[in-house]
Amino acid sequence: MLQVRIHGRGGQGVVTAAEMLSVAAFGQGRHAQAFPSFGSERTGAPVVAFCRIHDSEIRLREPILEPDVLLVQDPTLLHQVDVFQGLGPDGYVLINSRRSFDHLGVGEMTRRFRHDRLMTVPATEMAMKHLGRPLPGAVLLGGFAALSGLITLDAVSHAIRDKFDGRVAEGNIAAAGEAFAYVRNEMEELARAQAD
Amino acid sequence: MLKQIEGSRAVAEAVGLSRPEVICAYPISPQTHIVEGLGELVKSGTLAPCEFINVESEFAAMSVAIGASAAGARTYTATASQGLLFMAEAIYNASGLGLPIVMTVANRAIGAPINIWNDHSDSMSQRDCGWIQLFAAHNQEALDLHIQAFKLAEELSMPVMVCMDGFILTHAYERVDMPTQAQVDAFLPPYEPRQVLDPNEPVSIGAMVGPEAFMEVRYLAHAKQLTALERIPQIAAEFAERFGRTTGGLVRSYHCEDAETIVVALGSVIGTLRDTVEELRRDGLKIGVLGIQSFRPFPLAAVRAALQGAKRVVVLEKSFSVGLGGVVSTDVRLALSGLQLSGYTVVAGLGGRAITKASLARMLREALADRLQPLTFLDLDWRIVNRQLEREGAKRRSGPVAEALLRDVGTVASKVL
Repeated sequence: MLQVRIHGRGGQGVVTAAEMLSVAAFGQGRHAQAFPSFGSERTGAPVVAFCRIHDSEIRLREPILEPDVLLVQDPTLLHQVDVFQGLGPDGYVLINSRRSFDHLGVGEMTRRFRHDRLMTVPATEMAMKHLGRPLPGAVLLGGFAALSGLITLDAVSHAIRDKFDGRVAEGNIAAAGEAFAYVRNEMEELARAQAD
Repeated sequence: MLKQIEGSRAVAEAVGLSRPEVICAYPISPQTHIVEGLGELVKSGTLAPCEFINVESEFAAMSVAIGASAAGARTYTATASQGLLFMAEAIYNASGLGLPIVMTVANRAIGAPINIWNDHSDSMSQRDCGWIQLFAAHNQEALDLHIQAFKLAEELSMPVMVCMDGFILTHAYERVDMPTQAQVDAFLPPYEPRQVLDPNEPVSIGAMVGPEAFMEVRYLAHAKQLTALERIPQIAAEFAERFGRTTGGLVRSYHCEDAETIVVALGSVIGTLRDTVEELRRDGLKIGVLGIQSFRPFPLAAVRAALQGAKRVVVLEKSFSVGLGGVVSTDVRLALSGLQLSGYTVVAGLGGRAITKASLARMLREALADRLQPLTFLDLDWRIVNRQLEREGAKRRSGPVAEALLRDVGTVASKVL
């Protein structure tokens, strides 16, 4: 079972991102369960949403305490919430930022994770460019598809169309595609640097 | 057709496929998405003929439902928590008058302190109101139970509450198999009222009844609800035959055949319990789960039959009777009258406290060793409880409890969960 935890702030589309991820997994023939952290969300307040993906029926109803994947929609949360709580050493982390983990001040605390699975992507900038609104959720899903290979960009695009129509859908798909390309490029550079 | 949708949306579509003619509801979390979904179906003309009536309160919602149902319309509403309490007087009238209204309760705690999260306090507070109460373990069951509920309600001329865990189910996206309109039409015939307000054949519904016949009217309601003990499994079997899956019924057991210890529960926690029990079984522990789908009528015989081979019964419930303990456990104990069994009540998940597999496994191992307290509060934070008791012991004007405990806990915004 793959367990994904998404951190963000109220109004950023955290819950929608988890729901889209579940739709993407469903589109790939898998069982998926997405749910919010059940708070009385307020704009700007820290929000958490969850998604489980599995090959058979998911019966478990507890919040995700030990995620395999962390998607962080707002880097200012890194110093407010213990977002890395429960993440295993092989976990994936994708943070919405142009800056590196060291520049974000979390380089030291993320040393225990696999370096090639930690990535940042400027998702809000990409959303502003393609969508005109600072909604990084779908964009990060595109980046996650590249980082992990656990879902396809195609499935993410279908999930975006399931949730949105018209220009909003197309803008999100374009931004997710850019994030996919950006992350893949970063990974290739990292691999080259390690090879050298 | 398989769909990946929110539980509330799945219920809205299932209610839509059941062709209600009047829907009246007042929004309250976590029920809101259900009636929003139905509002869209009515407005777009997908669900027609159907009148969606906006009302000014839950009391009005149930009052409109009573009027619509008495006039012969298939009627639906939904609520939760304080909303259910606010309509309480009308809820008793709906059942007392024998009107087959179907209502979703998106289970949520009752204040004070105000709390929007899930537990079963709301529907349990109305367990004696004369409505049938069915509990869904997952979203497929929530969807299916609504279709079954209209059939059951209308056959018996009695209202049915479908209870589903607020947020945990209503706000969860998961895979459901949505039936077609033709399938639902073949299963659920058009509403044929047993009693109806018809200007061409005037009758009155709702006479005042004095001591001469009140007990008899009440007895008849009880006798009628007991006939549901036969109809609920029959309807579930007929549903299974047509739709190819087993949902609903009175009770459902999991690994109970050889179990020495059986955990009894209602609602979505059954899923987490099944996972926990599967893990404990790998360690050779003989343990099973009994899920109760029909809480009213309470299936005394089915519960007794499922539990009588066990040595130990743990009732895990998201409800709590202050001054007594368990609510569900009291009924389970009645079902076990005369049997020599160790019985434990575990109150869990009140006000949305997460019920984790780790906590369940720890608690069940204690139960297996007979070290569990007869009344246990799962994951109770004794630290803040004792601190408050000390304050109250030390000072008469110790202040409001809820505020003091929140100060002790500290800010929750910085916590992940």
